[in-house]
Amino acid sequence: MGSSNFLLEIGLEEMPARFVTDAMEQLKYKITDWLDENRIAYESAEAFSTPRRLAVRINGIAQKQEDVVEESRGPSKQIAVDENGEWTKAARGFAKGQGIDLEELFFQEKNGTDYVFAKKEVLGKETIDLLPQVETIITEMNFPKNMRWGTFSLRYVRPIHWMIALLDNEVIPLEIAGVTSGRHTRGHRFLGETIEIFSPDSYEEKLREEYVIAEPKQRKEEIRRQLKELASEQGWSIPINEDLLEEVNNLVEYPTVLYGDFSDEFLRLPDEVLVTSMREHQRYFPVEDRNGKLLPHFVTIRNGNKDYLDNVRKGNEKVLRARLSDAQFFFEEDQKVQPEKAAEKLDSIVFQEELGTIGDKVCRIQTLSQRLAEQLDFATEKVASVNRAAKLSKFDLVTLMVDEFTELQGLMGEKYALISGEEEEVATAIKEHYQPKSASDAIPATDVGAVLSISDKLDTIIACFGIGLIPTGSQDPYGLRRQAAGIVQILLEKGYPLPLEELIDETLHVLKEKHVLKEEPATVKNEVISFFRARLKHLLSDHSVRYDIVDAVLEGFSGQVEVLVNKATFLQEKLQDQEFKNTVEALSRVTNIAKDTTVPDVKVEEDLFSEQPEKELFRAYHQMRKELSESLDKGEVALAWESLQQLVPYIHDYFEHVMVMAEDEQVKQNRLHQMILLSREIRRFANFQHIVFPS
Amino acid sequence: MNVQNMILTLQNFWAKQNCLIMQAYDVEKGAGTMNPMTFLRSIGPEPWNVAYVEPSRRPADGRYGENPNRLYQHHQFQVIMKPSPANIQELYLDSLRELGIDPKKHDIRFVEDNWEAPTLSAWGLGWEVWLDGMEITQFTYFQQVGGIDANPVAVEITYGIERLASYIQDKENVFDLVWVDGFTYGDVFKQPEYEHSKYAFEVADQAMLFNEFATYEKEADRAIAQNLVFPAYDYVLKCSHIFNLLDAGGAISVTERTGYIARVRNLARKCAKTYYEKREELGFSMLGEEEREHNGQQ
Repeated sequence: MGSSNFLLEIGLEEMPARFVTDAMEQLKYKITDWLDENRIAYESAEAFSTPRRLAVRINGIAQKQEDVVEESRGPSKQIAVDENGEWTKAARGFAKGQGIDLEELFFQEKNGTDYVFAKKEVLGKETIDLLPQVETIITEMNFPKNMRWGTFSLRYVRPIHWMIALLDNEVIPLEIAGVTSGRHTRGHRFLGETIEIFSPDSYEEKLREEYVIAEPKQRKEEIRRQLKELASEQGWSIPINEDLLEEVNNLVEYPTVLYGDFSDEFLRLPDEVLVTSMREHQRYFPVEDRNGKLLPHFVTIRNGNKDYLDNVRKGNEKVLRARLSDAQFFFEEDQKVQPEKAAEKLDSIVFQEELGTIGDKVCRIQTLSQRLAEQLDFATEKVASVNRAAKLSKFDLVTLMVDEFTELQGLMGEKYALISGEEEEVATAIKEHYQPKSASDAIPATDVGAVLSISDKLDTIIACFGIGLIPTGSQDPYGLRRQAAGIVQILLEKGYPLPLEELIDETLHVLKEKHVLKEEPATVKNEVISFFRARLKHLLSDHSVRYDIVDAVLEGFSGQVEVLVNKATFLQEKLQDQEFKNTVEALSRVTNIAKDTTVPDVKVEEDLFSEQPEKELFRAYHQMRKELSESLDKGEVALAWESLQQLVPYIHDYFEHVMVMAEDEQVKQNRLHQMILLSREIRRFANFQHIVFPS
Repeated sequence: MNVQNMILTLQNFWAKQNCLIMQAYDVEKGAGTMNPMTFLRSIGPEPWNVAYVEPSRRPADGRYGENPNRLYQHHQFQVIMKPSPANIQELYLDSLRELGIDPKKHDIRFVEDNWEAPTLSAWGLGWEVWLDGMEITQFTYFQQVGGIDANPVAVEITYGIERLASYIQDKENVFDLVWVDGFTYGDVFKQPEYEHSKYAFEVADQAMLFNEFATYEKEADRAIAQNLVFPAYDYVLKCSHIFNLLDAGGAISVTERTGYIARVRNLARKCAKTYYEKREELGFSMLGEEEREHNGQQ
């Protein structure tokens, strides 16, 4: 049996660049899935895409579906055969229904009963007769955003203008939104012609003659090659931002790299302003010298050939000149206002309707960061820096530059603060307090920046929870999850001994003072703690800590993040030791008995002790309690563990000689209370009952 | 090519595509989309092809005539075609050729840009068109207008006249553009730019404007209660412009902002709904025989 090639191309109006690659992959796997489901063999599948087309070629596609043998079950033997051994009416009916002769029926046992079966060979259909089904695959593609056009009801990424569906040289008939399939494709919008494709093999070759490079990888390589060539010709360095390259690649069908210049004067603007203007707004690649210093040039990728490049260069230079003139104007105007004066305007910008203005928020950050700085025993000058930086943390939001380039918030704050004579520590903190902006972003390098960042984020999270704005599912408009993760990251990397609960209490205190809370503080606190625990669970899982250990250390956690992580990694390592299992089992005996540790008025009276092991365990408990506290406060996890371990012989001894559930109610309560006290201490380390040992 | 010839060329071009060539609407507005020739007429099943120049006021963009690119009032050349024709991109590119812009000699790209007008409860998908890196046109397939699904879909092409002219005439400053021989853009618009900016930012009587807003809002409601769509819509436009003036003057806090936008939107939605109902009552008289039958079946 021979094989063929199949080509499918969908021609569209320009798709959003960010959708193209995914759409191409989707079309490919949807087609190959369909081939597999339909038992149509093929050798390979190739995908193509440009802004105006999505295409797939299936090489070596079988001309027919594979044949299959289908078995169907009929009536049971008892019903199918009468007492004379003749086929009954039921059996005849079944055979007829299956379209086979009676002699072809056979028996087979199923769940203890014999049934009549029919075997039927289903011959594979011709591929060419099945291929029209790809119409549904095309219409059922998913895109992040769909639209309608003209009078059609189809919702699609952009209007469809042509379709090629070719099995070798034969057109497979499809019709979607008034477009019928054929063998015509369109070349480059301005440089190419509409051409006919006679064989799927020649697809990309023919298109190349019409100024379309249909393979995105080749297009990208071509851009890279041209960038490299230009850089070496000019002695420049052109750093390639991969996201930008991907976007640009999906904005062109035939790339030609060209460069333009801008006036040296603009180099006085901060680099970030220049880069943002070029990269984000114009999709240009900035140019640097070999030492990484920005040069007054830019590189853009034209969708076309080398003709009339001068026009394109001049046009782009003009656009960039206008943008940079604006930026320069903003830069100069902004400097005329002192940061402190600018910060006053924050009182008229709303942060969130129920949470007051950004000015109010800055006030809260100031109070909170001050308290945290004191708790961390910062030197007086450092505390002063925190205070100053907090006051100025958001002033750049009212500058013209940040109004125009939102992504430069913080960064412009730093620049302007330095220009106006603020201390470097203060200026840096203004920039850093937005960090980390993502999971991969660095945390603030300075302590001042770190404290400010924690304060700002705590305020946002807890204030939002305080008015019931709690993230659910995919709904997290204020990015609270990311901010909580940021706080955790900072606490951990900086090793600040700030227990989570205290941070939350401090923040709640400030919010309460400023009358921002709507919900009960206690409720908010609980919600925020579990919110943080969920973030910590992610963090620990990312550190490949076993889930049972995660549960054990997280239960009831509201302390120092660093200690939590140390506990988790410590326990993870200890898992290997046989001794560890024994210790955990001993400790679990205690926590098992004292299930409810929250009972009030726990009091142990030594007078009621009757057995020696009781007394000894109680003495050991007091000793352990002191050591455990000290170790945990210092974050000495191994020492804390040792103090727990020292209890083990006493616990064994105790359970060997003492009955907790004594007959005398008073004795029983006393013993239970002792267990509760012990249990409370043990749980300060972890709830070991979660830990699973292989049996 | 001077500005006047550009406008005439575009008018002629779109007239040949059987567009009604209309005039700018006589109520202040922020964009050509707000002209009832676009907003109301793109609602419902009736075909509609129109083109016109729209002076568009954006008080917050006023710069006292000192900025080379930013204006209190700029000009849009607006084209609406409903249903959107299959060759609309080609038509658009032909119109650029008429303006002397040969795509082969430039870099023209269609870059994703989705449009949304919260005050009109309208949105659409499309592109901004880049000419050698400059955005010269907004190209949008309306998906919803006044909260009503666009069916059939109208396509809107909005040329930025000043942008395009500054490219064609190779001018850095909008005020240097030649409108016709002997008259620059500055001659005609520099003084009003200064005065409108000063008025919007420094002089406007905000208390009076707040009153006006409330008065016009009430009147729009009264008119719509009588099913008088076009008069009601005029008052919606007035509310929208007054809101823009107040906003430019910093009289509206961010909190209040959402509220005012919602008030204008509610009115716009009512107008859209009533317009549709009234056209329906009139049997969608602009539909052809065939389309009417088709519509009847739906």
